[in-house]
Amino acid sequence: MATEIQLPALSPTMTEGKIVKWLKKEGESISSGEAIAEVETDKSNLEVEAFDDGVLLKILVPEGETGKVGAPIAVIGQKGEKVEASAPPAKAATPAPAAASAAPTPPAKPAPKPAPPGPEARREMPQPEERAQKPGGPAQVVPIRRAEEPAPPAAEENGRLRASPLAKRMARDEGLDLAAVQGSGPSGRIVKRDVEAAIGQAGQAAAVARAPAPAGRPAPAPVPTFGRREPEVLPISGMRKIISQRMAEVKPGVPHFYVTVDIEMEEAAKLREQAKAAEVKVSFNDLIVKAAALALRRQPKVNVSIQGDRILQFHTADVGIAVAIEDGLITPVIRDADQKSLGTIAAESRELAERARRKALKPEEYSGGSITVSNLGMFGVDSFIAVINPPQASIVAVGAVSEKAVVREGKVVARKMMSATFSGDHRIVDGALGAQYLQELKALLEQPTKLLF
Amino acid sequence: MPEIAWREALNQALSEEMERDVNVFLMGEEVARYNGAYKVSQGLLDKFGSARVVDAPISELGFAGLGVGAAMVGLRPVIEMMTWNFAILAMDQIVNNAAKLRHMAGGQLRCPIVFRGPNGAGGRLSSQHSQSLEANYAHFPGLKIFAPSTPADAKGLLKAAIRDDNPSIFLEAELLYGMKGEVPTGEHVLPIGKAALKREGKDATIITWSRMYYFAEQAAQMLEKEGIHVDLLDLRTLKPLDEEAILASVRKTNRAVVVEEGWSFCGVGAQIADIIQEQAFDDLDAPVERVTGLDVNRSYAAVLEKATEVSAERIVAGVKKVMYREEGN
Repeated sequence: MATEIQLPALSPTMTEGKIVKWLKKEGESISSGEAIAEVETDKSNLEVEAFDDGVLLKILVPEGETGKVGAPIAVIGQKGEKVEASAPPAKAATPAPAAASAAPTPPAKPAPKPAPPGPEARREMPQPEERAQKPGGPAQVVPIRRAEEPAPPAAEENGRLRASPLAKRMARDEGLDLAAVQGSGPSGRIVKRDVEAAIGQAGQAAAVARAPAPAGRPAPAPVPTFGRREPEVLPISGMRKIISQRMAEVKPGVPHFYVTVDIEMEEAAKLREQAKAAEVKVSFNDLIVKAAALALRRQPKVNVSIQGDRILQFHTADVGIAVAIEDGLITPVIRDADQKSLGTIAAESRELAERARRKALKPEEYSGGSITVSNLGMFGVDSFIAVINPPQASIVAVGAVSEKAVVREGKVVARKMMSATFSGDHRIVDGALGAQYLQELKALLEQPTKLLF
Repeated sequence: MPEIAWREALNQALSEEMERDVNVFLMGEEVARYNGAYKVSQGLLDKFGSARVVDAPISELGFAGLGVGAAMVGLRPVIEMMTWNFAILAMDQIVNNAAKLRHMAGGQLRCPIVFRGPNGAGGRLSSQHSQSLEANYAHFPGLKIFAPSTPADAKGLLKAAIRDDNPSIFLEAELLYGMKGEVPTGEHVLPIGKAALKREGKDATIITWSRMYYFAEQAAQMLEKEGIHVDLLDLRTLKPLDEEAILASVRKTNRAVVVEEGWSFCGVGAQIADIIQEQAFDDLDAPVERVTGLDVNRSYAAVLEKATEVSAERIVAGVKKVMYREEGN
């Protein structure tokens, strides 16, 4: 029987995807596990893999067009089998039925209940661990689910979320968005065990994709730890709660504040020269990444994240680097940058940036992270302020290293200077803390031998 | 502690209270010469004489009224109904007089009377003689409702009921009269309105009373084998109801199954479910499940009777349902 292939969610935030290329033509046979199409998601280009053997009977979303996650993109079946034109092409503009069968359904057998694309998409998302095990390639292969398989019941129906009163209370207490939780009770009701599982996962991996929160509230993003020590949930003091509420009132969303400091980069420049002499190519940015990570260690109170009603304290110092790419930017993350040598950081960030530009990053390479370094120095920018990338709580914007007239011991002298602006999420980080963080960053960069030990 | 049967435990309570207070007397059909239809009053006529152990004619409304009158003027009658099915004839005296006199007299009158007798199924006694009537009496303000499960509780609560100054409905289970259990000798009076937590577990709460306790215990043992541990709450009295114990347990387990021998519609379990949903709404992980006798008249035919009764298997299924452990969930 002909079955539809649905567009899977290939990244945590993907809601639709553009078919870049069909790797199979209509009439060609497909075996299970084979890549059939390349899809451009909001982050990278990824491959869609078939789940069954058969023949690609019909392509529903042609190359260059966009399909919604969960909507059919093609039909596979036996050779010579006819495809009914019942399935509407899944254009992004039209809400596509998620589980309508392309083959004629016998009237006696009720068609599987269509599942709303939202939760469906979330359910489809594979675990990052699973992805990590796949051989790394330019695009990553994600299995898709056959459309005819009855979808597990979705908790959300007509916008109403089915959850037991206890599940709702637990989610409220934990700051968990129930829309992202798959219910296992009758009619997909979310019950205690589902919330417990979701809470367990939230700390563990990015697997719990949070649904867009209602009414403009920023969705708490997942916190991947990649098998390392989990962040701990900090108790929230009454004062912190009030600061957080008031700041968010004044500046809705993520209330930013900014602190700027000038950093002398003479020693850092010398260190680069020395590295160069030793044939190790280290950029100013690599020094800043390492310094940013070490400064997190010295000011652990900055190394936090707000997730709904919870504050997470990280035990890892992962630093994101903002990479400008065609049409936008992406922030691959250098994991454990505090523990890596400058050479390693340099090599990793070059490699990540290069793949970022090719849109070939894997989701786990650009998720998580405690802080981001955004550098516009290469454009001759002196200083700027950057917008925080949630759920991170801070970002450091650095400008160009250039000679400036500064006063040293009463004399105006020329020194290589760089400006760094810290943006903090004022719900959980305060100005003084931001300033202390910059102090550490400044000290590390002005005496960069500290970055070597 | 000696092991004695339910009927002996009741007999001890009656005997002790009649010795203790000369105002206590027993009246009912066959209670004296025949020593009771279920031999609860064995030996009492010999011990206390025919003035205090009184055989009544088959006239439930009449001797219930006689009892109410005696209570109004200072005696402490225990009125035995041969079964609660027959007490339906005496409903007017029980609910219109016993339950209301204190209120209507502005507190000037008391009605310290106990109506007692077997309630519930007796085994192939057909529809007129197999009823669980607690919901009927629980509906009326002014009555205390007792429904113990063990011989010890039966003794301790009957003594408490006799000493209480309000009209009491004391429900015994016909099928339990022969059941034995350890019963304290001598003075053993239980507080009215305290449930007994018979088993402790984290997964679900079974709330029940009277004979259904034994079905629930059997179900709990079956569930234990599957790794499901329940709180088992034996209410012992239905009015006053130990809401505190019910809510504490449900708040712990988040799931409740109310087991009731009687019918579902307007049953006592419906009231318990209502209390839980009202006061522990945010603690519930599943709707309150009720396991009750089916809403049809009991049959004489054994197979049909069994089909409409509560069973341990149905309780097990109820617990699994609230735990979402049913197949297909």
